[in-house]
Amino acid sequence: MRYKTLAAVLASASLFAGHAQAQTEIQWWHSMGGALGEKLNQLASDFNASQKEYKVNAVFKGSYPESMTAAIAAFRAGGAPHILQVFEVGTATMMGAKGAIVPVAKVMADAKEPFNPKAYLPAVAGYYTNTKGEMLSFPFNSSTVLFYINKDAFKKAGLDPEKAPRTWKEFAIAAGKLKASGQSCVYTTSWPSWTHIENFSAWHNVPIGTKQNGMAGTDTVFTINSPLHVRHIAMLADFAKKGWFTYAGRTNQGDAKFSSGECAMFTGSAGAQAGIKKAAKFGWSVNFIPYHDDVAGAPQNSIIGGASLWVMGGKKPAEYKGVAKFLAYLAKPEVQMDWHTATGYVPITMASYEMTRKSGFYDKNPGADMAVKELTNKAPTANSKGLRFGNFVQGREVIEEEMEAIFAGKKDAKAGLDEAVKRGNEILRKFEAANK
Amino acid sequence: MEKRVVFRSAWLPYALLAPQILVTVVFFFWPAFQAVWFSFQLQDAFGLNTEFVGLQNFAELFRDSRYLESFKVTAVFSLLVAFFGLAISLVLATMADRVLRGALAYKTLLIWPYAVAPAVAGVLWAFLFAPSIGIITYVLKGWGVDWNWIIHGDQAMLLVVIASVWKQISYNFLFFLAGLQSIPKSLIEAAAIDGAGPGRRFWTIVFPLLSPTTFFLLVVNIVYAFFDTFGVIDATTQGGPAQATQILVYKVYHDGVKSADLGGSSAQSVVLMAIVILLTVVQFRFVERKVNY
Repeated sequence: MRYKTLAAVLASASLFAGHAQAQTEIQWWHSMGGALGEKLNQLASDFNASQKEYKVNAVFKGSYPESMTAAIAAFRAGGAPHILQVFEVGTATMMGAKGAIVPVAKVMADAKEPFNPKAYLPAVAGYYTNTKGEMLSFPFNSSTVLFYINKDAFKKAGLDPEKAPRTWKEFAIAAGKLKASGQSCVYTTSWPSWTHIENFSAWHNVPIGTKQNGMAGTDTVFTINSPLHVRHIAMLADFAKKGWFTYAGRTNQGDAKFSSGECAMFTGSAGAQAGIKKAAKFGWSVNFIPYHDDVAGAPQNSIIGGASLWVMGGKKPAEYKGVAKFLAYLAKPEVQMDWHTATGYVPITMASYEMTRKSGFYDKNPGADMAVKELTNKAPTANSKGLRFGNFVQGREVIEEEMEAIFAGKKDAKAGLDEAVKRGNEILRKFEAANK
Repeated sequence: MEKRVVFRSAWLPYALLAPQILVTVVFFFWPAFQAVWFSFQLQDAFGLNTEFVGLQNFAELFRDSRYLESFKVTAVFSLLVAFFGLAISLVLATMADRVLRGALAYKTLLIWPYAVAPAVAGVLWAFLFAPSIGIITYVLKGWGVDWNWIIHGDQAMLLVVIASVWKQISYNFLFFLAGLQSIPKSLIEAAAIDGAGPGRRFWTIVFPLLSPTTFFLLVVNIVYAFFDTFGVIDATTQGGPAQATQILVYKVYHDGVKSADLGGSSAQSVVLMAIVILLTVVQFRFVERKVNY
């Protein structure tokens, strides 16, 4: 009893002591639910435990679009968080909001924290760097598209389960055999635009839009109705007609169709591995996404998805110091390795990749480094560095709507993609006008 | 004869009205005014750049084939919801009106779905019809139907109509039942004695006498289909696939909240506001007069 009282007194005393020092609070809004959220909270509390001056307060604000909407509303009302996790399609919108954000490079330089953009994987850093070479946001969770196959279904269809199709030609042969073996769903995909337009373009080294996929200016137009794009989407529509491709929806609905064994082949985020590992009752492997082997230079490298951390404007200098300290903490190789191995996201610095490799993690978990290998397959070109289109949340929806019309057989691929370009360009012009 | 309460005090009536007026001003007039104001502006997401553009947002709206398509979708959707919502509940009410034993149990069960929130109703039906795991999907697949509302627009429309109708039937049922019970039995008995069969009795006596109820429910159901089905749609199709279920009110939300296009979204809500005002005036001015009270 006496010990308990003593402990309580000590605890409250230390509480007061902490209070007297007045910790600077840093608000961090994020969209990591479930297991990812727990891991993220751990990052924040580890940082808080490592020093006394600052306290990072991680707050879950719903899905990516929801937290972005919440932050925009909060900014308009004058209560934005210090750090905001924004998904990659929101990048251009954030970059356009010059008065609302502070470039990460500036935050780090002002606080004299070490920060070297060269330490990051080029495919990751390029996405968040402006044309002047200044890194605007801090890469946090990055993934890419991978190609998953169900090895048991391959065996059943008389295919070699160790040889995933490498090209779309091989894919078609495998699909035919899988269908013939009675597979109800042969292939599905999550994130259709990200996979079959954005990553498809990078993987085949063709532009998604002019001006280096929008990175060199807001006066960009989409170029996704090129003959190669039309051919690819027409191929998928044909697969859909043959019963080789089942459309699952615009987000990650495809994940469950693969992990339940319904679909034998699947393209989805590298981050889907954690869920599949848990649910799948069959052998599976992750592979490079297929390519068209008659396209010169393919496969190039894939591009990232996921999110980065943006520092919002209008805060006190002392708070920015804390933000810089926290970001420097997150960039440490051991922290990165911990995040990467626990979540399946890509290790975003070369140092953390090396560290993970040396730890023997990839030997024990084959496929865990597939995403990095795909992202770094070749040095990125202007077509495969990433993309930056204004209001791309809307733009991507337009593309997906047209894809849905094509896959449902309501439009042919050319007409659908022409319409996607036309409507997409209208959105780009509106963004250009609003962000002059 | 008019009944009128006269207040002696000059301020008391205003004071008594004040709370209600305050609520109306803050939650209805102020946002409506803001919507009108924003509809003339072009603004970036963060509100850093604002430009007055006059009627440009409206001009763009009516040039946009998608927006016109949304009108068509809304018309089809609300007609389907209102028609089936009314027809099914009328049949059920007529049946329940005739039941002698256990009537209370039937009625309670029929009223039940009204307690379910629209979003929940949507999720419920979405699960039953889910392309991979739905029970009804399983049956349909057994019959050889290619059921996947994620990609087939007409199936998605069917799904949201079913969910919305199911949710609204209880409400319509209650009013129809009350309406049926208020029809004097003597009229029906007199017709029966004159040799009119059940069908003829229904169409020539019951149905006309129910017309005030039907008219009232028609207004309520159309308004319901226009606005309250938002939850159903957001929880199931989110306007997709390829905008097949994007009704006007969902598009306002989608463009304004999800796409951060405040100007365009505000212009849409102004248009929607005009439609609703027009609809209400037309219904109460012209249709109501013809109703047999």
